[in-house]
Amino acid sequence: MSDDKELSPVEHIKIASNYLRGTIADGLADELTGSIAEDDTQLTKFYGFYQQDDRDLRSERKHSKLEPHFQFMLRLRLPAGVVTGEQWLKIDELAHRYANGTLRLTTRQTFQYHGVLKKHLRPLLQDAYQVGVDARGACGDVNRNVMATANPDLSALHREVHDWSIKISEHLAWKSRAYEEIFLQQKPQGEDHEPIYGKTYLPRKFKIAIAIPPENDVDMFANDIGLIAIVEDDKLVGFNIAIGGGMGSTHGDEATYPRLASVIGFATPENTLEAVEELVKIQRDHGDRSNRKHARFKYTIDDHGLGWIHEQLEERAGIKLKPAREYNFERNGDPLGWVEGDNGNWHLTLFIENGRIADFDDNGNAHYGQYHGPAGLKLMTGLRELAKIHTGEFRLTGNHNVIVANVKPEDKAKVEELVEHYGLDDGDKHSTLRHSAMACVAFPTCGLAMAESERYLPELVTKIEKIVTDAGIKDQPIVIRMTGCPNGCARPFLGEIGFVGKAPGKYNLYLGAGYNGERLNKLYRENIGEEEILAELTPIIEQYGAERNEGEPFGDFVIRAGIIAETTEGRFFHENVGSPEAA
Amino acid sequence: MKATPIQEHTSPLNAQQAQQLTALIETLTPMQVTWISGYLSGINASTASGEVAAPAQAAAPATQSEASEPLTILFGSQTGNAEDIAESLRERAEAAGLNASTHDMLDYKPKDLKKEKNVIVCVSTHGEGDPPDNAEELHAFIFGKKAPKLDGLKFSVLAFGDTSYEHFCQTGKDFDAQLEKLGGKRLTDRVDLDVDFDEAAEAWIETVVDKYKEELGGGDQPHPTVTAMPTAGGAAAPAAETYSRKNPYQAEVLENVVLNGRGSDKEVHHIEMDTEESGLVWEPGDSLGIIPENDPAVVEELIAALGLSPEEKVTGIDGEVTLQHALAHQYEITTLTRPLIEKYAVQAQNEALDKLLSEDQREALADYMHGRFIIDVVEDYPIEGITGQDFVRLLRKLPPRLYSIASSHAANPDEIHLTVAAVRYESAGRPRHGVASIHLSDRSEDAQLPIYIDHNKNFKLPENDDAPIIMVGPGTGVAPFRAFLEEREEREASGDNWLFFGAQHFLTDFYYQTDWLRWRKDGLLTRMDVAFSRDQEEKVYVQDKIRAAGKELFDWIERGATVYVCGDANAMAHDVHEALLELIGEHANLDAEGAAGYLKNLQKEKRYQRDVY
Repeated sequence: MSDDKELSPVEHIKIASNYLRGTIADGLADELTGSIAEDDTQLTKFYGFYQQDDRDLRSERKHSKLEPHFQFMLRLRLPAGVVTGEQWLKIDELAHRYANGTLRLTTRQTFQYHGVLKKHLRPLLQDAYQVGVDARGACGDVNRNVMATANPDLSALHREVHDWSIKISEHLAWKSRAYEEIFLQQKPQGEDHEPIYGKTYLPRKFKIAIAIPPENDVDMFANDIGLIAIVEDDKLVGFNIAIGGGMGSTHGDEATYPRLASVIGFATPENTLEAVEELVKIQRDHGDRSNRKHARFKYTIDDHGLGWIHEQLEERAGIKLKPAREYNFERNGDPLGWVEGDNGNWHLTLFIENGRIADFDDNGNAHYGQYHGPAGLKLMTGLRELAKIHTGEFRLTGNHNVIVANVKPEDKAKVEELVEHYGLDDGDKHSTLRHSAMACVAFPTCGLAMAESERYLPELVTKIEKIVTDAGIKDQPIVIRMTGCPNGCARPFLGEIGFVGKAPGKYNLYLGAGYNGERLNKLYRENIGEEEILAELTPIIEQYGAERNEGEPFGDFVIRAGIIAETTEGRFFHENVGSPEAA
Repeated sequence: MKATPIQEHTSPLNAQQAQQLTALIETLTPMQVTWISGYLSGINASTASGEVAAPAQAAAPATQSEASEPLTILFGSQTGNAEDIAESLRERAEAAGLNASTHDMLDYKPKDLKKEKNVIVCVSTHGEGDPPDNAEELHAFIFGKKAPKLDGLKFSVLAFGDTSYEHFCQTGKDFDAQLEKLGGKRLTDRVDLDVDFDEAAEAWIETVVDKYKEELGGGDQPHPTVTAMPTAGGAAAPAAETYSRKNPYQAEVLENVVLNGRGSDKEVHHIEMDTEESGLVWEPGDSLGIIPENDPAVVEELIAALGLSPEEKVTGIDGEVTLQHALAHQYEITTLTRPLIEKYAVQAQNEALDKLLSEDQREALADYMHGRFIIDVVEDYPIEGITGQDFVRLLRKLPPRLYSIASSHAANPDEIHLTVAAVRYESAGRPRHGVASIHLSDRSEDAQLPIYIDHNKNFKLPENDDAPIIMVGPGTGVAPFRAFLEEREEREASGDNWLFFGAQHFLTDFYYQTDWLRWRKDGLLTRMDVAFSRDQEEKVYVQDKIRAAGKELFDWIERGATVYVCGDANAMAHDVHEALLELIGEHANLDAEGAAGYLKNLQKEKRYQRDVY
């Protein structure tokens, strides 16, 4: 408990903010700087945006007596990642009008804008609101965008789960009128109150995802609350509830660690929302508000034990969870290409490398060379053209891919024609390895990045492709995850091969996560550059190619072969690191 | 009458006397003031004649007044060149025993003109043939309905200008013609000075002093308190300074950074020069003169166009040098002027060129000159067999360029900072660039740059550190205000400071943004309003921001603020002027004439100062 400890500075900012207002409005009006007041940068996260600056330009602008190139990353709230064609078109248009002309799909099924200038924040949020989209709580110490399995194999069920994601998202959205007042410029209306969060909101971010087995595309176990949809006789009968997942950690601080959620029981649909709310409130009241590196729900749980959580649920709300039901996850990746749904409609999953939607020029550059992609690929235009003709919806996946969902059989040919025309990847344009790779944004905009990620992973994958091809396993999916820092945006600790940036060009290499997202990986080599990465991976991949059992995923193999020890629980993440011979 | 309070330390009066006199003056009508000043000079004359032992200096004018009629030297200029020469003239005239006095046209009562017997006008021209700010009122007066008959007036005019402008020396010409028209008698022919005026001005002073001495007689004894030598850098130069336009300091460039961010259409350099060993002293508002060097590539191109050898010997400004050296270091080789084309045409004997110079082709000539340089004339109208000597004889001396100083001597005595817009463009099928700006921007590394201080008395911080100031400086016009704020920071001046800045784009053209932000945070910069014209569909300029702040801005003026405007003379300064008139009219509840009077009065009180170019 943190009652007698000093509150962290962010807690003081929240307390003084008058329900998240702070001096944001004054900051928006200040024409001398592209930034907002430092304290307010903590508050604006609750509105979905982070202040950043172009780190590529930092030093040259300082030299020119100009302030950093301040800009904002703005993330939308999009429960389950579902948008209509009309919304897609508007979101695309806003990227050109108010951001850097690209869109970034996130690993939490939403759109992210980069390079939004301060003066464009208000118009962007107002225009998005016109098509029913907001950014409330997309970042900040509240419940974030609620994820749900995007795979539409079972479309009736998907719709039901999607409704659940909206219900939870709305229920846990913060309620202060500050959003409407400051960004939609509506008049104040009476007193604010936050029935669930109170004045100081949560101690830290909070994430919820719903998975429909056997798909774990949302990496359900990486969330503070994971809900596993239990289906009996094609009917949703309730959810297994898992708690305490989270990726974030700090290099060199072993008190911090990634943790996968623990399944604590089953709730019927009638009890689920109540249970979720009570779990959020337990974290609200007992999470550590003095140390933000120890403030996620996972630490509250490990500090008190799972038994205590059950006691709390019963004591506070009379909730008694039933024993968890059986479930089975097969994978956390996205199957690409067409599938037919149970209602006769078709669904097309397209691969989006790095989740970056842009038009690349003949040299493979987008946004003045800030991003690189396949030369001449007009990805953004292609998707826009699809949005113009598509009558169903789009679903963003937890692997930052896009599903063109609910295509009527008679429209399938039109969609295929556009996919063909624009060279979009429905599964045959890239290797299996690349399709299984995921990177966070990192440089040049993310303030936390220690090394490149989105701008580097594609070329590293090209080099690893060569190794897997030589090893004769080029069609074997291996989940690769890369982030520029240990905060976990691309869920690197769930990569069968994970890379976490330490310094420019240097990464920690992790091995051994579960292919279905149910086991964390472990540190294999620390702070190594590309040459060493390839030197380390080559023999392991060769050995995997030669000695794997049938159907044995890479992450399981490296443990069986004694290359890396198994991480059984987050608490033990830092134990037995490295390879046995190195230890 | 409004009286500037008499300070004990600036007058021989004690505190009580000062207070009584100030109080009395405030009750007087202008007519009463005139009467009292006459009365007092009467008393003074009688004391000087022996009743009280007066200091020798005070006695001298009285003696001289018997010897000669007063000679009134009026000067009007934006930068102070006319003033410097006027002061030199006065000293030389006094040395010759003449009873001379100098007056800033701004402070001179137009009505007094009719009482004058001898007037010498030193006046510059700016913009499109317009008078400088401080000459505006007198200029308007002599052309207006109230202009007096000036029979019996003897006058001379010295005009300052730049032949690269179409309306060269227009204001001087106006004075010269109008004084004659009003009945005055021209004692010496008007002399029109180009940017390189030192020698011509010196010669003119000699002529004029001789002529007036001949006309007015004057005492035989030279004035006891002045020397016959004109001061090197003008009368305003501090005594310690030894460097001047004729004897520039060779400064090393310490830093040269582009102030624009990536993707800007502009290229403005911040340049820092080492002045540690120079002893140069300047005040905020002063300019730095730079004697530039022509671009070697341009020199080479020109010599090739002439079909000459760079090694050809010519007699340049100071003796025999190679053509290459003369063109690189001594002569203006780019800017086209009408006089140059006229001289060139004499040698060219080209019918088409002669036609272009005829009176009815003025517009065609202006069109031709626009965007062209000397090399274009050389190529378009080649002269068979021209020699290097023939060619350099056509040219004028490479004039120095002036830049507003962007740093305070008090804050940074060892460095001088400039804000230089690199001038590069393409016209008439050829890339062009400015001589000095490109010398500074591209070729100043490891080079010694000849510099000197050009003082500008007409653009100065208020002496009172508590007085508020309002600064309007879009683009590179913001340079002196950086010096102003550095100075006020160094002096711990408590007066409020308000800056208006404008440029094309916030992201890339916000010159010295980090300095302003720091000063705002420290509380020195009380308020700053910015206008970035191209960041939105509708263009927004500083004058729009001034209008929007009308009430507050007027309140600042009412509580004693001085308004400074620096930058582009053509559009900006005019638009800002109009905006000021508008807001004064609105908030002082005055009609157009009233507002103009209000602003004119501010100008007289030196509370509306402009450095526009």
